[in-house]
Amino acid sequence: MGLIAEIPWLSNQTRVTFKRCGEGAPTDLKNYQRLGGYEGLKNALGLSSQAIVDEIKASGLRGRGGAAFPTGIKWQTVLDTDSDQKYIVCNADEGDSGTFADRLLMEGDPYQLIEGMTIAGVAVGATQGYIYLRSEYPRAQQMLEQAIDAAHAAGLLGQNILESTCSFDLEVRMGAGSYICGEETALLNSLEGKRGVVRAKPPLPAIEGLFGQPTVVNNVLTLASVTAILADGGADYAHYGVNRSKGTIPLQLAGNVKNGGLIEVPFGASLRSVIDEWGGGTRSGRPVRAVQIGGPLGAYLSNEQLDVTVDYEALAAAGGMLGHGGIVVFDDTVDMAKQAHFAMDFCAKESCGKCTPCRIGAVRGREVLDRVCESGATEDDLILLMDLCDTMEQASLCAMGGLTPLPVKSAVNNFPEDFDVAPENSEVAV
Amino acid sequence: MGYIPSESYEHVARAFSLSVAEVHGVVSFYHDFRTTPAPPRAVQICCSEACQAVGSRELESAAGQVLGVEFGEVHPSQAFRLERVYCLGNCACGPSIRIGDDVHGRVDSARLSELVSQVTTL
Repeated sequence: MGLIAEIPWLSNQTRVTFKRCGEGAPTDLKNYQRLGGYEGLKNALGLSSQAIVDEIKASGLRGRGGAAFPTGIKWQTVLDTDSDQKYIVCNADEGDSGTFADRLLMEGDPYQLIEGMTIAGVAVGATQGYIYLRSEYPRAQQMLEQAIDAAHAAGLLGQNILESTCSFDLEVRMGAGSYICGEETALLNSLEGKRGVVRAKPPLPAIEGLFGQPTVVNNVLTLASVTAILADGGADYAHYGVNRSKGTIPLQLAGNVKNGGLIEVPFGASLRSVIDEWGGGTRSGRPVRAVQIGGPLGAYLSNEQLDVTVDYEALAAAGGMLGHGGIVVFDDTVDMAKQAHFAMDFCAKESCGKCTPCRIGAVRGREVLDRVCESGATEDDLILLMDLCDTMEQASLCAMGGLTPLPVKSAVNNFPEDFDVAPENSEVAV
Repeated sequence: MGYIPSESYEHVARAFSLSVAEVHGVVSFYHDFRTTPAPPRAVQICCSEACQAVGSRELESAAGQVLGVEFGEVHPSQAFRLERVYCLGNCACGPSIRIGDDVHGRVDSARLSELVSQVTTL
């Protein structure tokens, strides 16, 4: 392929989190250290716990899993909660369709995640970490396990890391094919060997998390970003980005796109330029009709709505959600009623069943959309569908039930022509 | 064994100090847990949005006929089971399938047949 600096697709990106990917064998520890790896941990070991957390706060880093909660505040809560045992849990249950950045990071630079988790452990006083990895990623499991073994052998995990007084151990735990286990409280239940059922919050996992102990639960990319922040300083990271979205975001361009893949750019990039310039339009050569951003729980935006910057708040204001940074492009052959049906069907299949709005609402929603897809919409169908969406949105326990209405409602509102009330179904005609 | 027979729930329950209902609850919750024997190799077809955008709906409806087995069933040759999967993380190169630990991209029904025939005798 040639040198990274000579490949425009790569050299035009702002690679902070993915800067080492492709620069050598992923499990070669010496190579990782030669490329600046473990500088962050060395710096962290020279700082007080509070100073590490302050550095994260200064970076403006927000959770990359999708919720975008400020990481420094989460760590502060765990640091401030007294306990003999605390945990660091990495959410590597990357179930959203259209996202693969976690996989690429774990397969391409596993030590960065290990180092980030170790820094988190040193910061909040946790001595045990778990990576909850989805079973669909067997290669990532192999890479992580090899890297963890090598880090242990080199004294970078285990007792007295780098001859300090800090200890940190790490294990990979495999999921078993459940989408909802990417929700942090369901994930904790699953790690404890239980059904992956969502827990009510409060208590926050930061106060009562894994086995009832204070727990940092962060996404792969969040923990990986920590290494750069501790190596180069929070201020350096914060100088990328715009408004309240600081740093860089690895976007994942997927679906019907000519040049798909991972593009790490500072927040503030234009969504249209990402799709048109990086993506080069659709793979089929047909016009872009719809773009789903933020996974199966993200909104479907129409082509006209793409003039928005990649920024958590700007996307929310445009009726969308950045989520984990997945961008799925559809051409003009897409049937949005079918996409709305899939969203409800997926929620019905993957709901944990704990709360009624999600468990029952998604099934009823799928039934309505069964009818719409089969014989066209009636006015009553659309009223009932919106009513179900409102109930799910406002009364569900977690983001799955709460956000499934987002793709459904955005499909109906942004693509009304696919939900036209058929003349024979219209009351006026009768 | 590759599966958890329901006759074993009592033993599992005793070993972990759980009720049989709790064991059943966990086993029935996760898609990867099975209660009947099945060949270890799965052929999984991704049915998520990113693959739908490039033709996985067509691949999904053709798969049964192409492979001679329905979703959720074991192929008569006992060589593999056919499953739907919701995202393999190969979303820029869909439609994606997984055979054992290998993920393949840009799969249409002809390539599905070809790939599966490489690992089994159809």
